[in-house]
Amino acid sequence: MLLLSIDWIFIIEKVVLILVIILSSFGVAAYATWGERKVAAIMQDRIGPARAGIFGLLQPLADGGKLFFKEEIVPDRSTRTLFIMGPALFMVTALMTSAVIPWGPDFSMTIGGTERSISLQVADINIGILYVFGVVSLGVYGIMLGGWSSNNKFSLLSAIRAASQSISYELAMGLSLIAVLMVTQTLSLREIVGQQHGFWSDGYFTWNFFKQPLAFLIFLVCSFAELNRAPFDMPECESELNMGYHQEYSSMKLGLYLFAEYINMFISSAVLSTVFFGGYNFPWMDQVQAAVPGGLFSVICVTVLMIKVVGFILFFMFIRWTLPRFRYDQLLNLGWKGLIPLALINLVVTGAVILFFFNK
Amino acid sequence: MTFGEKIYLPAIAKGLKITVGHIFKKKATVSYPEVTRPFSPVFRGLHVLNRDEEGREKCTACGLCALACPAEAITMEAAERKRGEEHLYREEKYAARYEINMLRCIFCGYCEEACPKDAIYLSETVMPSNYTRDYFVYKKQDMLITDEQMKKRAETGKG
Repeated sequence: MLLLSIDWIFIIEKVVLILVIILSSFGVAAYATWGERKVAAIMQDRIGPARAGIFGLLQPLADGGKLFFKEEIVPDRSTRTLFIMGPALFMVTALMTSAVIPWGPDFSMTIGGTERSISLQVADINIGILYVFGVVSLGVYGIMLGGWSSNNKFSLLSAIRAASQSISYELAMGLSLIAVLMVTQTLSLREIVGQQHGFWSDGYFTWNFFKQPLAFLIFLVCSFAELNRAPFDMPECESELNMGYHQEYSSMKLGLYLFAEYINMFISSAVLSTVFFGGYNFPWMDQVQAAVPGGLFSVICVTVLMIKVVGFILFFMFIRWTLPRFRYDQLLNLGWKGLIPLALINLVVTGAVILFFFNK
Repeated sequence: MTFGEKIYLPAIAKGLKITVGHIFKKKATVSYPEVTRPFSPVFRGLHVLNRDEEGREKCTACGLCALACPAEAITMEAAERKRGEEHLYREEKYAARYEINMLRCIFCGYCEEACPKDAIYLSETVMPSNYTRDYFVYKKQDMLITDEQMKKRAETGKG
């Protein structure tokens, strides 16, 4: 009776959670494309998509439908396998990161007569943040494979740019995060969120943003670069490289690239809110927890996290439609000569402060 | 560059202030075709062949409009009014055929200025598009003012 020893409900629970997270990632990403167009329009004194459905809300469906009906072209001289693998890999890595993000606190539920504590995190691995880094740096392979296998000089240039950009900025990103990890003393995202409980305790803010503002700034700038978003959208740089790595792509392969970019944006907003802005924590959460039933409290927490995420996504969009693109040398200068030294200084100062003031 | 300029952040904040400020500005978009922008009072659109208060065609086929037309878009053939047609044509001579090639027409309005009888004027209608060239040679019946248009013109002075 080996079968019975497997905790089937646990597996079902996780599968449901994974499905919900992936589907809602798609949903958020789809509406991020709509939101981006609306934000762009509003900032340019236009009204944006307004024809498909009320306020153009069906626009993502229309776009997706259009992309599906486009002709699928694989260039004659391309490396076919890699050409097809590129967007798939990009999409997979974009979706994988969401596994370690705690979307809400545990809540208990009675299933089949037993009280179970259900975690709103797919996998609580103790090196959660390292996992995020690992998967995110795999993401650049999607761009590199796509760019290289297209057999097109613009795409190749864009792939090279993407690779060097992501290496440069991952360094600063990692260094800035080490300072945070020195404060939190853990790599598990669940514990990092747990430490940021509420908003105020022991006479100081609990959120890491207030403990490590410089690290947050560096992390934010680096995530712009990692996401290949303006002002660091070197790889797709319309004015120099036409469309960069997805120039030869058409139909839904192109769609996957564009879509994965928005999923990346969603996930990186979630990581930013989890690491620096307390994840699902919010001020006076203890009082709220005492006042409402457990299930509702979880819903409130998830909503709070979503509000933070949407805020970050909007911020990404505002920046995109505000700043002009950096030149390539400026981008690398900023990364190597600006952000990395700054992150190192932040690291040293944090270490010194911990050593002299909090060393018990 | 000064230190303040080098760290970019003040400049970014300044830029954000401008773009975020635009969120609250009035939008320039006109949701055509639900909303149309008002035409200028001197807008010159499609031609209309006018009739008088009793519904009689004013045109006498004098040919001055065709003469004034810089694009040579107007063709006409004159005919004499028969007995019993007095309710159709105001004067003894009328245009049996009156055609304007709208692809040639530049909508300058010289025909309207040249007409001694106020028989042609340019309305506020924009020329519709079509797939065939023949469509754009407007016949007399296409341009002759309708009763509705006459009513509207009498009420609003436009149309």
